Amino acid sequence: MKQQRRIFLKGLASSAGVLLAGCSQTEPPTYGNVLRMGDLLTYKAHRLLLPAHSLAREYDYSDISSVPAIGTTNPADPDKCPSFDAENGSAYERLLANRFADWRLVVAGSVTAPRGFSLDELKRMPSRTQITRHTCEEGWSAIAQWTGVPLRSVLEAAGIRSTARYVQYYSYDDWADGIDMMDALHPQTILAYGMNGRELPISHGAPIRLRVEKQLGYKSMKFLRRIVVTDHFDDNGAKGNIQNGWSWYAGI
Amino acid sequence: MPDPASTSQVAGHRRWVRICHWLAAAGFLTLALSGFFILLVHPRLYLGHAGNDLTPALLTLPIGNDLRPDKMQSPVVFTELPGAPVTAERNFPIFNQNGWARSLHFLAAWILVCAGAVYVAFGVVSGHIKRDLLPRGRELAPRALLQDLKSHLRPAVGSVGTGPPYGLLQKLTYASVMLVVLPLMVATGLTMSPAVAAAYPFLLDLFGGYQTARTIHFFGFAALVLFLLVHIAMVIATGFGRQLRAMTWGNPR
Repeated sequence: MKQQRRIFLKGLASSAGVLLAGCSQTEPPTYGNVLRMGDLLTYKAHRLLLPAHSLAREYDYSDISSVPAIGTTNPADPDKCPSFDAENGSAYERLLANRFADWRLVVAGSVTAPRGFSLDELKRMPSRTQITRHTCEEGWSAIAQWTGVPLRSVLEAAGIRSTARYVQYYSYDDWADGIDMMDALHPQTILAYGMNGRELPISHGAPIRLRVEKQLGYKSMKFLRRIVVTDHFDDNGAKGNIQNGWSWYAGI
Repeated sequence: MPDPASTSQVAGHRRWVRICHWLAAAGFLTLALSGFFILLVHPRLYLGHAGNDLTPALLTLPIGNDLRPDKMQSPVVFTELPGAPVTAERNFPIFNQNGWARSLHFLAAWILVCAGAVYVAFGVVSGHIKRDLLPRGRELAPRALLQDLKSHLRPAVGSVGTGPPYGLLQKLTYASVMLVVLPLMVATGLTMSPAVAAAYPFLLDLFGGYQTARTIHFFGFAALVLFLLVHIAMVIATGFGRQLRAMTWGNPR
């Protein structure tokens, strides 16, 4: 649960953010905060020491467990969306009304062919089904089966440029986050539209949520809206983890 | 690197022991505090790989968030799956300070792990671990153990030194804290990291799953807090100021 995130460090961080805007950032900024320096150390140590191609544990069908849905459980309902915004909420409501037929996942940024993907289009692409553990920063975990299209396939379909270094993503409940290429191109990083053999429920991020299996649950963003490939690091300002007092890298 | 022959003659704690001790103390206190805050967010413990508000707990600690399943909304049952698992919504805010608590926990872990690595390296090379911490075979006789236990019940100020040689129970305690419990804390902590567990999946099998590792991590924390309390009690019993000076500045020759 991260609604308290926005409270932290906002004043300090936003002023520093202005100074850094436009700079060509190559790694997560720390804003002089010792906790963010520790996060950066952990991120760099993981990237240096851990093998790039390892897969997160995949479980058996019989291991599938009950799964709580937390944070936003419906972006159109102010009682179910701590970050509710009337404009985003009604946009999501309209999509929901015709079962996401008008939903498009916009893929833009450092790609040769920026475009929107419809849900049907994504479902027609080769899919991957994996039974993995969702590990929440709160301390609980749950095992579920996720079906979706590898993020890599979508990035390649949009013509990802060789200069690309990070993938940013944005949701209908007004969150913004990002991952590096190592996680973005990882075979288990999928845009999931199915859960436990059914359509992805609204509470779990319909029509599509990201699955980033080598990081904590909060990186697996629900209610995806837009993907932007960047050549530099973007902390997504006041909507991102860092300026809200959380680690951008959540592999630990 | 100290010369083992000369340092063994010096009463009190060697300089690298003192430096490692205080770094580890700072690291441990920070880990304990941040770990307590992390635990408050989800004070339920489980066995196995999965455990959450919708599954039975091994143990629910009477602290922090109270998240009974009946507070969750709109449950949906996956009837076609074995065991018919459910999903349900949590639509209320909970106490969560993990933004700073987690990052502080891992920062302190870096400090403790570095201090521990230096300690073990110096301890092996200088012979300190073998000479001062590991009990000799004959020391472990039941009568010797009983004798040492009895001596702990008498007032001891002034009669005990401020460094090695250590008593039998002292050796056993220090050796198990530094060579068993702390390494276990690091290993179970790493098992909880999704990236580390993906890279070294044997960790999940070794401890029996993410949640079992978390549960072991909690009991390790409880054991270390107990150690800290007894440790401080013993320091007070044998002269607080004297022991503190010896661990900080060393003994005057």
